Amino acid sequence: MITYDSITKIFGTGGDAVTALDNVSFTIPQGEIVVFLGPSGCGKTTTLRLTNRLETLTRGNITIEDQNIMDIDIVQLRQRLGYVIQAIGLFPNKTIAENIAVVPKLLGWDKERISKRIDDLLEMNNLEPELYRERYPAELSGGQQQRVGVARGLAADPGILLMDEPFGAIDPINREEIQNEFLKLQAKLKKTVAFVSHDIHEAIKMGDRIAIFDKGRLIQYDTPEVILTQPKNKFVADFVGSDRALKVLGLMRVSDVINRKPKNIVQGADRSQEALNFLDAKGFRYGIVIERNKPIGHVTQKSLKYEEGPVRDVVERYPLFLREKTSLRDVLSFMLMHDAGTFCVVDEDKNFAGTVTYNDIQKAVKESYADEAESGENEVSA
Amino acid sequence: MSTLRFIVDNFDQVMYLSWEHVWIVGLALLIATPIGISLGIVITRHEQFASRILNGANILMTVPSIALFGLMLPVLSIVNMGLGKVPAVIALVLYSQLPIIRNTYTAIKNVPPPLVDAGRGMGMGKWELLRELEIPLATPVIIAGLRTAAVMNIGIAAIATYIGAGGLGVYIQQGIARVYPEMILSGAILVSLLAIIVDGGMAMLERLATPEGIKVQRKLLR
Repeated sequence: MITYDSITKIFGTGGDAVTALDNVSFTIPQGEIVVFLGPSGCGKTTTLRLTNRLETLTRGNITIEDQNIMDIDIVQLRQRLGYVIQAIGLFPNKTIAENIAVVPKLLGWDKERISKRIDDLLEMNNLEPELYRERYPAELSGGQQQRVGVARGLAADPGILLMDEPFGAIDPINREEIQNEFLKLQAKLKKTVAFVSHDIHEAIKMGDRIAIFDKGRLIQYDTPEVILTQPKNKFVADFVGSDRALKVLGLMRVSDVINRKPKNIVQGADRSQEALNFLDAKGFRYGIVIERNKPIGHVTQKSLKYEEGPVRDVVERYPLFLREKTSLRDVLSFMLMHDAGTFCVVDEDKNFAGTVTYNDIQKAVKESYADEAESGENEVSA
Repeated sequence: MSTLRFIVDNFDQVMYLSWEHVWIVGLALLIATPIGISLGIVITRHEQFASRILNGANILMTVPSIALFGLMLPVLSIVNMGLGKVPAVIALVLYSQLPIIRNTYTAIKNVPPPLVDAGRGMGMGKWELLRELEIPLATPVIIAGLRTAAVMNIGIAAIATYIGAGGLGVYIQQGIARVYPEMILSGAILVSLLAIIVDGGMAMLERLATPEGIKVQRKLLR
């Protein structure tokens, strides 16, 4: 846990004084990732650097695990806080193994323990130890270098990680991958992470909470969902972007909108005319065809009209099936690509679990913005 | 041709004078290196002295060597060392300071700040940073400074013969006095040759002292 208690940082003195942080208070709960987000010069990096005392506080208190950082020896403090910066932070004159060993060596671990730790960390970060131990940073790709950077930050198993735009210098495809890997790692390690970013996508993806800074002030500190659906003011709304409805979809899962008991179900073995009568009577335009509890496709009244055989012969198959954890952003994308308004959701054994329709998604988005719509604060610039 | 003859005929003396020359320059460098490197590092930590020290070393460079010998003469005469190798070595030590201090200072200043930050952020102390990061990265440039100092000193040491320091300058001085062109030429050629050899040797050292990781980096960037 990290607690920031009315922290203020002023650079320079007298007429040249610049207030980088102005009376900021918030708490990073144990085991969560908090993303510090904002435009450059907003104070996010300063906040991070105050935490490991690379900058000195002007006023206020920072405590980690209920200990004031000013009461901890500066070197010990830094060794307790894992520090990850962009890939350029690796020492070019040291091998990968030596880079990871920096903090354990400072802590006086014995050689064997360090060596074992290096192998463990490399494996944890999907780098084969035999292949990478003795390489130099320059020989690795940006993504690989960054994995080493993460490994180095985790080397002494600190409870807290400070990450300063760690994935900023990596191309978008690799960034996506390394973010996913880090999230997987975090799910296991449960570190308390302070993560500086200027990228709203990254913040939504990585953050359990997001702290939005502007001009040295903390503007909003909330979960990504709340930041997207209830931005506190115009600055936050602008910063998260006019496409925030789409971003909210990225946070929502199929399980949030699934209809588990749709009524327009027909069995594959049913006769076409029976099915047509059923759909007609209930007023459904189409039916979802299920065979042995597995969805196979759909039929419309029109397609059944002149058929005699079983429904399975005329079924139009679904190009793909959804899982409960699929994000609604992806679902919407599939709908646009395949010109379909409905998809079926299946479980691990491909058994029918429910349906998602375009209307379900729209309703969910509308609901998440209900508060905003009521207060009429829709002044987002186009 | 006659110059070559002169060298062959006086081979023993040539070797002795060359050795004397190398000895003066080598001793001076040996003394100058720790002083220059320490000063260079100190002024990266205490910027307020940086321009003063660098300017001081700069001014030293502008004093003609022959004048420096003259200036030191009365001072060192007090301890009866006004002539000979002692003032020569002292002068060479002084002249070496600028390239060594300046290269050390620049090299350490040029270590990328994010790297230093990363080190500090991980809890490395001043000494650890110097030992593990700054000095290894600065070494090639520091040695380049030593190389400049060494080559320059070989030239200046030739002049030190006027205060009785010996070395290959003896041939040049006596050759002029005796109007003996072969002797002058031998001295000049041998001094140049020595400078070229030392330069080559230092270049090799520079390459050897470059950390492996940096070599790899350079090769890949090319």
